[in-house]
Amino acid sequence: MSLQFLADGLFAGALIGLGAVGLTLTYSILRFSNFTHGDFISWGAYLALGTVGALTGWIGPAARFMPFSFGWPLIVGGLLAMALTGLLALLLDAALFKPLRRTGHGIVMVIASFGASLALRAMLEFLFTSEPAYFSRAIQIAIPVGLGIRVTPDQAAMMGLALVVVIAMHLLLTRTHIGRSMRAVSENPALARVVGIDVAAVIRATWLIGGALACVSGIMLGLTVQIRPQMGFDLLLPLFAAAILGGIGSVWGAIIGGLIVGVAEAGAVQLIGSEYRSAVAFVLLIAMLLVRPRGLFGVREG
Amino acid sequence: MIDLLGYGAFFLVNALIFGVLCLGLNVQWGQTGLFNVGVAGFAAIGAYVSAILTTPDAADRIGGFGWPILAGWLAAMLVAGAAAALVGLATLRLRADYLAMTTFGIAVTIQVIALNATALTGGPFGIAFIPRPFSSLAETPIAFNAANLALTGFVVLGLFLILETLTRSPWGRVLRAIREDEAAAASLGKNVNFHRLQAFALGGAIMGLAGAMQAHFIGFIAPDNYLSILTFQVWAMLIVGGSGNNRGALIGAVIVWALWSLSSLAVGTFVAPAFQARAAALQIVAIGVALAAILLVRPRGLVGERATVSRDVEALAGESTSPHEPVRD
Repeated sequence: MSLQFLADGLFAGALIGLGAVGLTLTYSILRFSNFTHGDFISWGAYLALGTVGALTGWIGPAARFMPFSFGWPLIVGGLLAMALTGLLALLLDAALFKPLRRTGHGIVMVIASFGASLALRAMLEFLFTSEPAYFSRAIQIAIPVGLGIRVTPDQAAMMGLALVVVIAMHLLLTRTHIGRSMRAVSENPALARVVGIDVAAVIRATWLIGGALACVSGIMLGLTVQIRPQMGFDLLLPLFAAAILGGIGSVWGAIIGGLIVGVAEAGAVQLIGSEYRSAVAFVLLIAMLLVRPRGLFGVREG
Repeated sequence: MIDLLGYGAFFLVNALIFGVLCLGLNVQWGQTGLFNVGVAGFAAIGAYVSAILTTPDAADRIGGFGWPILAGWLAAMLVAGAAAALVGLATLRLRADYLAMTTFGIAVTIQVIALNATALTGGPFGIAFIPRPFSSLAETPIAFNAANLALTGFVVLGLFLILETLTRSPWGRVLRAIREDEAAAASLGKNVNFHRLQAFALGGAIMGLAGAMQAHFIGFIAPDNYLSILTFQVWAMLIVGGSGNNRGALIGAVIVWALWSLSSLAVGTFVAPAFQARAAALQIVAIGVALAAILLVRPRGLVGERATVSRDVEALAGESTSPHEPVRD
């Protein structure tokens, strides 16, 4: 049996993990499972497509960084798109979630996010149709890296990017003021407010970071597979599974949960075929909820 | 004119079947506060169970049981209810959000099974030749639609009366007590999780019935009928009509289905074929925005929940507890 599935699974797992980090942060700080998070991923990918297109249209085509399929427009455009996706999340919060937070009932926010998710996705279909789009049509040659595993240069670059992003997130949450405030609000919002933490700023930071991370996983997926309006929504179940597996609120948990889901999906594809791939996340989710609902690294809810 | 009447009956049958879905969701969400994003999944279970049991023999898939339609409906309710009970067993003791994720997952998984377990479900091509009630009348569409409207109306009325009775029963009051204050209900000795499980299974069974009714009315099912858009439509209907109110659930179903059908008709008539896919996407955006707007502006919906108390209390209190007095929510 080839070990290729392991490499593919780890790659898929890294992008699931990055998406799940944003999801687990919104869940633990805003206290609702946000169904629009998958659509932030799709919007992130399309926004990056737009910024990259605008940059190359403005300055002209740029050289690729060999052996990768992309050049500096994707890096600059990607950073811009991350900011824009964060803004999109903020905008949605201001229009929808903020007013609902005042009236209470967390679960009403889940319904609202379900509706917003559908609207965001349909909006992409309206703007770009459901035809897939690509950052680059260049064909990448996969390079053997030993043990019968082949990896494309883009995949390797994206793995590196994922690692950098996770370390940056870890530093942000443990070393900066806003990061510590975020953790405080996630542990005890009332107490955090009492000690003078600016909860509104924490909520803004959470949306910005969640949106930016979603954008990164959208770019990863767009660069290595394709860009479709449904791409993020299709990832939603793996994202939930990863967040639950790792334990709600845990950044490293979300990443490890993502890797587990990714490898399990790739393994299932190897063993029973690709048809039932999307059921794997569900099986993991149910198993975890039955055995250990607080996840691998989560804390028991008080 | 006759055509219009026939279409009216056809429209109402569809709308009322959505109404049944809404009644099921109302038991779960409206009465008990259980969030279910897998409505499409439970409808699919009902549809496929009944279709497999009632269709004549087909060469490429398991079947040929040829059960009567009514038996198919009952089986659909049983299996969908059992599936809901299983989901409930796994998640009802946990936070409400976990139920949301799990029901979302089950809908995705059932869709995947419908798409790929070709030997059971016919795969992407679905199941055809599902026996339709009053199929002998199929030559005259108006008679066929009218007869089906009578049947559907009868089922809806019966279900509505049963659910109204349950809502007013001590059992219904326990459900609302759990919804409003779980700890208080538990402290009065109510078994919170068992009541939730019952409500969730009952709601799932009703959704299964609706799925089966729809499958038999149309005569054909395919996995694409059970995407998350269906769940979303049912939620929009319940929220528009008024969650917690069975009458609201039915009114919401008819209104939202009317708006949906009208806008589809408008898209089909006035939009050039090349842009129809885009216009249909915009239609979904509009209904998504509308749902969010109603949640913000009028969370009670059109009708809203009435204060339901025991008949005895109503008799005692007379006018002081007007049934139209809105309760919190």
